[in-house]
Amino acid sequence: MKKTHLITIVALLLLLGIGINFNGATAKKAPVKTNIVTTPPPPVPHPDPSIAAFQEMMKVVAHKRCVNCHPAGDRPHQGEDSHVHNFGVQRGEDGHGTVALKCSTCHQKENNDFSGVPGAPHWHLAPRSMGWEGLSHREIALAMTDTEKNGGRSIEEIAKHLTEDPLVLWAFEPGLNHEGVPREKPPISKEAYIEAVKKWVETGAKIPEE
Amino acid sequence: MKISFNINGETKSVDVDGQTPLLWVIRDILDLKGTKFGCGKAACGTCTIHVDGEAVRSCSFAAKFAEGKEITTIEGLSTDENNLHPVQQAWIEEIVPQCGYCQPGFMMATAALLNKIPKPTDEDIDDNIVNICRCGTYYRMRKAIHRAAEIGGKTNA
Ligand code: FES
Ligand code: FES
Repeated sequence: MKKTHLITIVALLLLLGIGINFNGATAKKAPVKTNIVTTPPPPVPHPDPSIAAFQEMMKVVAHKRCVNCHPAGDRPHQGEDSHVHNFGVQRGEDGHGTVALKCSTCHQKENNDFSGVPGAPHWHLAPRSMGWEGLSHREIALAMTDTEKNGGRSIEEIAKHLTEDPLVLWAFEPGLNHEGVPREKPPISKEAYIEAVKKWVETGAKIPEE
Repeated sequence: MKISFNINGETKSVDVDGQTPLLWVIRDILDLKGTKFGCGKAACGTCTIHVDGEAVRSCSFAAKFAEGKEITTIEGLSTDENNLHPVQQAWIEEIVPQCGYCQPGFMMATAALLNKIPKPTDEDIDDNIVNICRCGTYYRMRKAIHRAAEIGGKTNA
């Protein structure tokens, strides 16, 4: 009896083994589940310090918190999905809205976390010539440094605007939205951004090819 | 904090948390109930008032920003029944309101528009009056806005 049992078990194991091999040969391998989290190594900064600084700066400049109010057309965007601003609001003559529906009808000097309406001093749209929506990083930088488009600003004046204007720096304190949820911030800190802008200008404000 | 401003021609001082929406100061402290609360998120416009002559949604306007300002609410458009503001007169003539809840905001938004554009076109109305009326009185409102322009032209409300 014992011998018979042993033979049966061995036979079953063999069959099973063949089955596994057969399955392994024809079916796709299931992904191996693991608890090990693999974070990709941080990208190596560009060897040229000006280009490295440019790449850091662009993480903010090209972020939705900035581009939402640098639209390609006459309507601002809003929200994490950058949808066209509700209520049909428009740029108006001076970027501050239409005559009786100005940005300041709703947006005040600071965020209103009760209503969820964001605010900062002189809340308004960037001029048409500074429409960054849909532009590459290089194209944004070329527009930003083009005195024909930037209101005749020197590179130093641009740096001042980028690092000191409270409306620009609002991006780092964007407050709560209408559902009480914090708005997404740019991926680097205000300090790192300001340092990057200054470094970029100091090192010749290079704009890399794409 | 103490906040002083002029409202409908009278100087008022209130002592409130500076973040209190101006709407609640107007309604609850100054007892001016004409200005309504709709959404509280600057989305519907029923709380529209004028601050230094500009349309502002008072539900989203912190009271501290009212310091030293000239404020007008629907009660202040005109206090003389024999000399109504053109917007009030037009609204009566065109029998605009249905339930009426949104109307003070629309009237204040219209008065602000007429201050800037005394004879607005339909496009001017579309570009500037974006309040919400749940009763759908938009058609009558448009007629009334044109009528108000006819009656009054520029006002200083
Ligand atoms: S209650 Fe202020 S806009 Fe709706
Ligand atoms: S009249 Fe009822 S909401 Fe406009």
